[in-house]
Amino acid sequence: MEELKAEKHVQYILSIEKKKDNFESVVMEHLRMNGAYWGLTTLDILEKLETVDPDEIVSWVMKCQHESGGFGGNIGHDPHILYTLSAVQILALFDRINVLDIKSDISGLQNEDGFFSGDMWGEVDTRFSYIAICCLSLLHRWDKINVEKAVNYIVICKNLDGGFGCTPGGESHIFCCVGALSIMGSLRHIDKDLLWWWLCERQVKSGGLNGRPENLPGVCYSWWVLSSLIMIDRVHWIDKEKLVQFILDCQDKENGGISDRLNDAVDVFHTYFGVTGKLQLDFHLLDYPGLKSIDPAYALPVDVV
Amino acid sequence: MVRTRLCPSPTRTTSPKPWTISELSTEHMSAPTGPSASPLKPSTSTPAIILCGIFGVKYLSHLMLTCMMNWISLNMLPILTQKTIKFDFCRHHRRWVAEKLGADATSKELEFTKKILSLDAKNYHAWSHRQWVLQALGGWEDELDYCRQLLEDDIFNNSAWNQRYFVVTRSPLLGGLEAMRESEVNYTVEAIIANPENESPWRYLRGLYKGDTQSLVNDPQISSVCLKVLSTKSNHVFALSTLLDLICHGFQPSQEFKNAIDALKTPDSDPPDSGLAKAVCSILEHVDPMRVNYWTWRKSKLPAQAA
Repeated sequence: MEELKAEKHVQYILSIEKKKDNFESVVMEHLRMNGAYWGLTTLDILEKLETVDPDEIVSWVMKCQHESGGFGGNIGHDPHILYTLSAVQILALFDRINVLDIKSDISGLQNEDGFFSGDMWGEVDTRFSYIAICCLSLLHRWDKINVEKAVNYIVICKNLDGGFGCTPGGESHIFCCVGALSIMGSLRHIDKDLLWWWLCERQVKSGGLNGRPENLPGVCYSWWVLSSLIMIDRVHWIDKEKLVQFILDCQDKENGGISDRLNDAVDVFHTYFGVTGKLQLDFHLLDYPGLKSIDPAYALPVDVV
Repeated sequence: MVRTRLCPSPTRTTSPKPWTISELSTEHMSAPTGPSASPLKPSTSTPAIILCGIFGVKYLSHLMLTCMMNWISLNMLPILTQKTIKFDFCRHHRRWVAEKLGADATSKELEFTKKILSLDAKNYHAWSHRQWVLQALGGWEDELDYCRQLLEDDIFNNSAWNQRYFVVTRSPLLGGLEAMRESEVNYTVEAIIANPENESPWRYLRGLYKGDTQSLVNDPQISSVCLKVLSTKSNHVFALSTLLDLICHGFQPSQEFKNAIDALKTPDSDPPDSGLAKAVCSILEHVDPMRVNYWTWRKSKLPAQAA
């Protein structure tokens, strides 16, 4: 089996960090905070985080914080929970969470019925439940929310196939709800018989994992579905070797980076999920502690969490 | 970097800024830079004066003006939102406007999502918006038929199966899951027979008996479709796993089932006196090797009466 081209991926990430004016950077300007999290976490798990300047990055991150306490996707962009989590995760990577003074409140985004909005405008989605719970857990601010109601809202999003929708009745996506329940110590609410089978059915003939029945496999599901299987301690129910091969086939062996599937263009999002997925599989296939392990619920290196 | 100014959410608490006609006509056509648009609340003063001048009408009520602003916004939004349905703030803004317009917006919103789904039948955000429209504004009358059309186009469309379940369980016009069960089972069995390798209808079938496993076990149509598929000796993974679940919940297979399973056994099968459930697990280990560990685990966990 071929190797993960770790050095190439490090060079790829460092190169895109420097490019702020090309087309790709400009169209993704609004979610640079997410991009930074994906890139920096990849560097950390490949043990290359020392190649970046932490002060510069932390300074930029803090410039994205608003009075409300939330973070925007870049300087001058409005706050949203999507970027707030990435900001907190980046600060955690550099062990700088102490610089945070979140006056208000992710907890303020929780509604009466337990669900979370993404920002002050009120859109509801179980992704936001996961993000809020993950964030508050990293900040040790559990006391700020109604955990029982948060769990109950996720449970009402459970579907006929054992999966969870983004809203009640929405088609099943899994990671955010399983991750949120895992962090809250509430995995007893999953319908094990249905969900276990649903998750391992995500592996298709090519070895890759898809996110929904009859959809194409993608490297990012090497994270979303794989982590879900790890959280429920069922990763041995898929063919791990075939999944590793699927990920490795999506590498750009010349220039670094990983794509969603074979022959697609690489990007930092899929590079992150491909690398983390591969390393998770190494850990479970080979019982190899070698490189850093990733926490499947927090999506951060275990030593950071 | 241009940032798009859009209508506010009703939760905004800061004071409104005047929203001129020129802003309306240019800002909405700009591409959004992300979920960061700062909403504005239209003031009556500036646009009212302009409109009064244009139409020569002395007085326009605040309500009429707001409705007009919202109608313009709702009609300009498709140009933006069809291309940017993935942007959270676009969808949310559209919902806010549709809510203001009420039932009048229903057919337009359903048509809007239909257009997106005609290009991408599994677009998660379009389905999410469509579900919101049905629940907030109505329009359930033709939804089951719409699901049928989409499934005629692509019987493997899991999103359409999910929507079908959504309609059957939540539509105020259909009587609920139990009332719809018989017709839906007939529909689903037909779909399974046409494409037994299709995961979605098998799961849908189980969903029709959610909370009532005994009825699932006792319904002869369920076991019968398993037997039909097994007899074809191909594409039978889901038929085998469904039969396995039925047996684990108390189903007593007839000789026909035993014969069908015998015909699928591999040379290195379990001993002949092994139970049928064990034999089914062994076959699944062989025909679904990617999940061999799962089927081995299922074999180890068979209830005593099934083993």
